[in-house]
Amino acid sequence: MSAKPRHALGVLAAFTAVALAATACGDSSEPAGKDAKNITLTIAANSIVGGKNSAGAEWIEKWVIPRFVEAQKAKGVTAKVTFVPSGVDDEQYKTKIALDLRSKGGADVIALDGIWVGEFVQAGYLKPLSDVAGGEVDSWEGWSQIPETVQGLGSFEGKRYGIPLGTDGRVLYYNKKLFAQAGLPAEWQPTSWQEILDAGAKLKTLPGVTPIQINAGTAMGEATTMQGALPLLAGAGGEIYADGKWAGATQPVKDMLDFYAKVYGGGLGDPKLQQEAKGRDKSFAEFAAGKIGILAEGDYFWRSVVNPTSGIAKMADRDTTVGYALIPAKQPGAGIRGQDFVSMSGGGVRVLNPHSKFPSQAWELLSFMHSAEGVKAELAGEKRITARTDVNKEVLAGDPMLSFITEKVLPVTAYRPPLAVYPQVSVALQEATAAAASGTSADQAAAAYQKKVEGIVGGPGNVTS
Amino acid sequence: MSTATRTAPARTDRPAPGAAPVAVRHVLSRIGRYVFLCAVLGFFALPLLWLATAPFDETPTITASLPRFTLDNFRALLDNPYALSSLLNSVYLAAGTAVLVVTFAALAAYALSRVRVPGRDALLYGLLLLSSIVTGTATMVPLFELAFRLNLIDSRLGVILILSGGLLPAAIFILKDFMDATPTSYEESARVFGASPLQIMRHIVVPVVRPGLATVGVWAVANVWGNFLVPFLLLRGPEKAPAAVIMYTLYTEGGQADLRLLSTFSLLYSLPVALMFVFVSSRYGFRFHGGIKR
Amino acid sequence: MAPVTSPPDQAVKGRRRATGAAPDAAGLGRARATGFLVPGMVLILLFLVVPAAWTIYLGVTNYRLTGLAAANPEVVGLDNYTRALTDERFRSSLVLTLQFVLGSAVIGQAGLGFAIAYALRDRRGPLRRLVEGFVLLSWILPSSVVAFLWIALLDRDGGTLNALLGIPGTAWLLDHPMLSIIVFNTWRGTAFSMMLYAAALENVPRSHLETARLAGAGTWQQLRDVVFPRIRGHVLTNLLLISLWTFNDFAPFLITAGGPEQRSEILPVYVYKVALSGGELGFGAAISFVMLLINLVIALVYLRMLGRRKETA
Repeated sequence: MSAKPRHALGVLAAFTAVALAATACGDSSEPAGKDAKNITLTIAANSIVGGKNSAGAEWIEKWVIPRFVEAQKAKGVTAKVTFVPSGVDDEQYKTKIALDLRSKGGADVIALDGIWVGEFVQAGYLKPLSDVAGGEVDSWEGWSQIPETVQGLGSFEGKRYGIPLGTDGRVLYYNKKLFAQAGLPAEWQPTSWQEILDAGAKLKTLPGVTPIQINAGTAMGEATTMQGALPLLAGAGGEIYADGKWAGATQPVKDMLDFYAKVYGGGLGDPKLQQEAKGRDKSFAEFAAGKIGILAEGDYFWRSVVNPTSGIAKMADRDTTVGYALIPAKQPGAGIRGQDFVSMSGGGVRVLNPHSKFPSQAWELLSFMHSAEGVKAELAGEKRITARTDVNKEVLAGDPMLSFITEKVLPVTAYRPPLAVYPQVSVALQEATAAAASGTSADQAAAAYQKKVEGIVGGPGNVTS
Repeated sequence: MSTATRTAPARTDRPAPGAAPVAVRHVLSRIGRYVFLCAVLGFFALPLLWLATAPFDETPTITASLPRFTLDNFRALLDNPYALSSLLNSVYLAAGTAVLVVTFAALAAYALSRVRVPGRDALLYGLLLLSSIVTGTATMVPLFELAFRLNLIDSRLGVILILSGGLLPAAIFILKDFMDATPTSYEESARVFGASPLQIMRHIVVPVVRPGLATVGVWAVANVWGNFLVPFLLLRGPEKAPAAVIMYTLYTEGGQADLRLLSTFSLLYSLPVALMFVFVSSRYGFRFHGGIKR
Repeated sequence: MAPVTSPPDQAVKGRRRATGAAPDAAGLGRARATGFLVPGMVLILLFLVVPAAWTIYLGVTNYRLTGLAAANPEVVGLDNYTRALTDERFRSSLVLTLQFVLGSAVIGQAGLGFAIAYALRDRRGPLRRLVEGFVLLSWILPSSVVAFLWIALLDRDGGTLNALLGIPGTAWLLDHPMLSIIVFNTWRGTAFSMMLYAAALENVPRSHLETARLAGAGTWQQLRDVVFPRIRGHVLTNLLLISLWTFNDFAPFLITAGGPEQRSEILPVYVYKVALSGGELGFGAAISFVMLLINLVIALVYLRMLGRRKETA
């Protein structure tokens, strides 16, 4: 089938956009730039048909590309758009994209996690959208539809580098049936950490039930930081990075670790589960089976895990059994910005490759993907919080849970600092939660954490304590 | 009977009256040997059980159990647009690398074995050490940049060359032992009759060390077959991706394994190497020779 | 020096004795020998030595994959090395790696491999083929597949092992992570040692063993006095290679990911976490180079223990 690649090397190089953008020489006889009649564009995303995020890959292949090519044809332009799917761990995808961009190659439109934008910019891999594609960027209709905070996902130091795909928020899920058995209310909204622990203590009386699942430890990876450490930190009034300094063994960090110690030291959680390589999946399965009372997760959990039709741990009675509540601050008013409730958010973005051979056409493609029409097609009937308010209004109207996220959670949420050392600080946080969960005192765990962070960010001068 | 003990000792297990203690020990050791071999068999077969049952199970779980038989999983796998072509890609990468490694290693090993090169052993071991560093993750940037500068990004040839470079030292190391262990008398006679070194290599040395070449070939194929990082970083797009890369895509958004696809693909992914091994070992023999002689 | 030709009777019996570095029997000559060497060496130079040297250079920089240090990497001298050597995580990782090599390569693979080869030494037929077949199968299957097989085998809730032993809930990978990966790697790599020793044992004349047995020597004595002296070279080759491979083996990551809480974080996993997850390529490269030096030390120890005395039998 795929014969003679040795001879085909040159041909391949000509055809592949990677090599095209990389070598940037060869057949450059015809007009390039805005007026080019023959354009080649490539889209990269960490999704693949038949694997990871299959629907997203199908949208690009079956909706975006044919329509875009058609629209270009109407303008007399022959466009060849290819999609380069991946379907691997985010870390591996990030590495590959970074290597591509570093060698001035890679796809023209690239999907990234918003958290990577800052470090990619610092490395010189990305340029502001308007620098790449010109003035059309700022006059795009879509910006007015994307809330300022959500735009922040694709921005760094005040400049726009990418368009966000959407965002999410974290809440506390609880099992109403177990709550009823434990004598807890069906509509539950704790207003302090103590109320969570109190509910946990009542759930503990039920046989075979783990009262609280709040992710801890390194095996859960970023899920520990996003669903556990950072929301708690925000609830104690702390930010991981503020005013150019990283949080060390501050009081909020100690409070956060102390909560872990109370949950896992007090028999309210299953410490073993936190260490298992597939612990998060297992926590999903256990919640779905009615073995976990309270679980901190993102709206992803509602949409894709316990979803009665397409979830990976389906719950046929999701809508009646699963309740959700805002994550409370330690006490009312103790959260960041004096809030009573807190959350954390993240989301993906799509950026332009600064070395794209056809930057304005790449922008055309990118903005087409993020048009109201495009975003709706991407959802393909599924309900998810997109970046665009116009689409959200239309799509989320019938979904109380996702409306809850947009109306109640997003106003109180916070985002992670998009800096290169963040992943390492995140690991240090995870290690601290692991220590606290397995019996180390909060103070000791915080001290060890501070020492690690100092090593990571270049000395005590960059750390508050 | 007792005389038979002397001539064919290993075949007898009837104790002769005079040699009772020795014979009893012999019987015991035979039983011990069987028990040991059965334990070994169990140990090596046990983990493979799951691979034999799960692909045929309607609802595979992580436990190996008698399946509710179905072939639906294979059908589901066929729907995956990249699964089967990725196996072909693997064949291509593995065959290319194995041919390069076996040919170049055999030539080099023969030369090193027959002609004295000062510092030969040190050189060989030095390269072996370097090959271990190059297989690590820390080398990915140099490898990528190198491939980029040689215009080998998104080229299967690039993957083959880089993998070959990493496997060659150990291949030379192993084959040199084989070469050292072959008698040189035939080569001398052939030389007397006017054969050229390449002819001698082809007609005398290669047939003698054939099991060694086969072993190194299988070893190279197995290495390439499982390698994820190099093809992942160098190749673009799933049309060229080998099975090792596609295997990683059979996870859902949340990183959960789709056990039906994963088990079925694991089986299909494993079969070619297993069949190749059976073929090679029945055809050429599959074994090692030699050892460092100083 | 080794004899120029093998004695004819040996050749006839097909019992090939090593002749070591035989002088040029085929009349290769320096020039042609160089020609034979060139293709392999060019490939090695280009795709092995160059990236390796590059990695060693990265080891003295603060290079990162992303962030400010990616744009302007600086040479930081030996900072990475001093940091590694004073890093507690590096040291504990080194200790774990040495346990891993000793447990799974030296004791596990070499020990079990020899035992199997010895038990099968004069056996032909289906049992031998079956045992060898399974041992070799575990060696050639792709690591992502075998890793999943072992996760399935050792799982806390649904694992086949717990089901067989009737002890559900035993968390092998969490409570005994090192033991798990040591047993796994023994399973994974024994084939190489088994094959090498099977070849080696053919160098031991059966008559010698028989004589020793009749003289009342126990199995252990036979091994020590008759077998071992004749396979010393094989033992050396075997230990050199499997120790090197095991030391740099990344497969345990696929099973335990270094966890729980770094209790099975051997050096290759540590490098992966530093270089890929953390993006610190300079530091990761430095650790890789330290690993190379440790491998060198291990090799020298083996050579000293096994390589010196020769031709004793």
